[in-house]
Amino acid sequence: MNKDMNRGREHPISVHDVTVSYDGTTVLSDIGFQVRQGEIFVVMGGSGSGKSTLMKAMVGLLQPARGRVLYDGTSFWETKPDVRRHILRHIGVLYQRGALWSSMTLAENVALPLEEFTGLKSGEIRDLVSFKLSLVGLSGFENSYPSEISGGMMKRAALARAMALDPEILFFDEPSAGLDPVSARLLDELILELRENLHTTIVVITHDLESIFTIADTSIFLDSADRTMIAWGNPRVLLEQSEDPRVRRFLTRGRPESTPEG
Amino acid sequence: MHENKMADTENKPVIFGSASPGRRGEDTILIRVAGIWRMGEPLPGAQDVLDRAGDLSGIRHAVFDASEIVSWDSSLATFLAAFFRECERRGIQADPQGLPPGVQRLLRLAAAFGGRMDAKRPEPGRTFLDLAGERSIDFSRSFFDLLEFIGSAALSLARLARGRARFRLTELVHVLQQSGPNALPIIFLISALVGVILAFVGAVQLKMFEAQVYIADVVGIAMAREMGPMMTAIIMMGRTGAAFAAHLGTMETNEEIDAFRTWGIDPMEFLVLPRMIALVVMMPLLTIYADLIGILGGALVGVSMFDLSLPQYLDQTRAALTLTQFGIGLSKSIVFGIIIAISGCFYGMRCGRSASAVGEATTRSVVAGIVFIVVADGVFAVITNALWI
Repeated sequence: MNKDMNRGREHPISVHDVTVSYDGTTVLSDIGFQVRQGEIFVVMGGSGSGKSTLMKAMVGLLQPARGRVLYDGTSFWETKPDVRRHILRHIGVLYQRGALWSSMTLAENVALPLEEFTGLKSGEIRDLVSFKLSLVGLSGFENSYPSEISGGMMKRAALARAMALDPEILFFDEPSAGLDPVSARLLDELILELRENLHTTIVVITHDLESIFTIADTSIFLDSADRTMIAWGNPRVLLEQSEDPRVRRFLTRGRPESTPEG
Repeated sequence: MHENKMADTENKPVIFGSASPGRRGEDTILIRVAGIWRMGEPLPGAQDVLDRAGDLSGIRHAVFDASEIVSWDSSLATFLAAFFRECERRGIQADPQGLPPGVQRLLRLAAAFGGRMDAKRPEPGRTFLDLAGERSIDFSRSFFDLLEFIGSAALSLARLARGRARFRLTELVHVLQQSGPNALPIIFLISALVGVILAFVGAVQLKMFEAQVYIADVVGIAMAREMGPMMTAIIMMGRTGAAFAAHLGTMETNEEIDAFRTWGIDPMEFLVLPRMIALVVMMPLLTIYADLIGILGGALVGVSMFDLSLPQYLDQTRAALTLTQFGIGLSKSIVFGIIIAISGCFYGMRCGRSASAVGEATTRSVVAGIVFIVVADGVFAVITNALWI
């Protein structure tokens, strides 16, 4: 029991043989890996390789057909609804398009989880919301609606919301999608700072090579043809040592020394 | 116009793209590709070219001579892609070396993506029965989804009754405002007109018996029992139900509903419940309003065109209408309110993620909602008839 718990703490997330199907078609099969406490773990792969599907299975949106997702040793899909809700409270998710609730202001967006899950007074919530928004550089935008701000700001506001309850684990779905290169790099820096300062365990779904090489401690590579993971390790090590041509092709894409024709 | 002469004497001079079998070696055939290849002009078929080559037994390779090509566009690439496939089918290996480098690159690109495009093609040979079967399976699946949705809506209502459901009060107030006061002008217009129409329809018949005073009975009873709740429901389905579907559909497309779920917040309580409550509260009020306006519309016709006085008309209405008639109308309006909220929210929440999905979800919700409203009205008619009320 004790040993199990220690293992759980060292690996806050572990995924065992997860297979996901939509309407009888398998979109991901036999995925298995562990994420270490405080690391930035990147799930990479081309379009249609099932990266976002894997994230959905991990954050409680899509039940896998087989396999288990363990948080600190508790199997998410097999446990009771109450425990599941408890686990979800400690997870923050930043969606691809931010997914801010459009009928609420930025402040209300960040405040909602605090109102739902803490017994804080409204004044305390207001202070916390201002603090979280200032962490992502959005002080003064408390009363703006999502439709009134730019795409990059929306993502940062969504990050403030994802961090509202000081989650132990943060998921980022394609953080650089839809952002200009400068904003995308700023978001990468923000991710690194979060890990440095708050020791949050971070899972990033992306195909952005620059992000991958900048932030990843560990990564897995999902292949769209085989619908499974074909590599696991630090991306720089994979780049140098992987013998799989698919992994090498992905990681060297766009680099002059190995540009394919066209 | 370019005139292009082929070196090969067995061919006539060509203007537009041509391909022809030329000299052959032991196991190799040379294909001459020449002329102007332009989309929209008649071009050779891959099969024809190989057929014209005569006996191909023993031929294992095809090579190209493209030295006399004048110009080319995608039509050449299309022809060559078909030609390569045909060669493969006949066990001949075609070597693109002799082709212009640009065409070679295009062909490589097409080959790189070809497999994936094939994979997306629907399998051929689906018959009417296949389609009918698929439709039936889809239908039964969405029927069970709807049952599940109604079930969880009922559960969240039960949680609300025990004081355990959570939603934002501001959301409820916003929906109340949207579905109540903002709907008054359109309901005024439609109900007044329905009252006028009912009065005219009744008056034509009643005038024959000099019984115009009964216009008040016709309008009053028809409005309170049938037309008031029904017209209000149809307006509200088109106005508010469609807005629910569009709003929730956009939220689904935008992953906002997923964001609720990953916080462990039940979108059923947070989004559907306030909408159901708002309509259950507002529909009876709007129906009473519609009834009154309809009666006034009828009075307008009766007083101005059929020599009735206003007090006479109103007295007659009061005598004809019983609380039961109103009660039936109000019970209907509550049921209609639930139908509108459920069909708007149900189709909104199962909206897809594509750009056209929100529009489709909205259309479906309105069509289904109106069908359910009319069906429910029919069921009410049967029940009230059986109960003699």
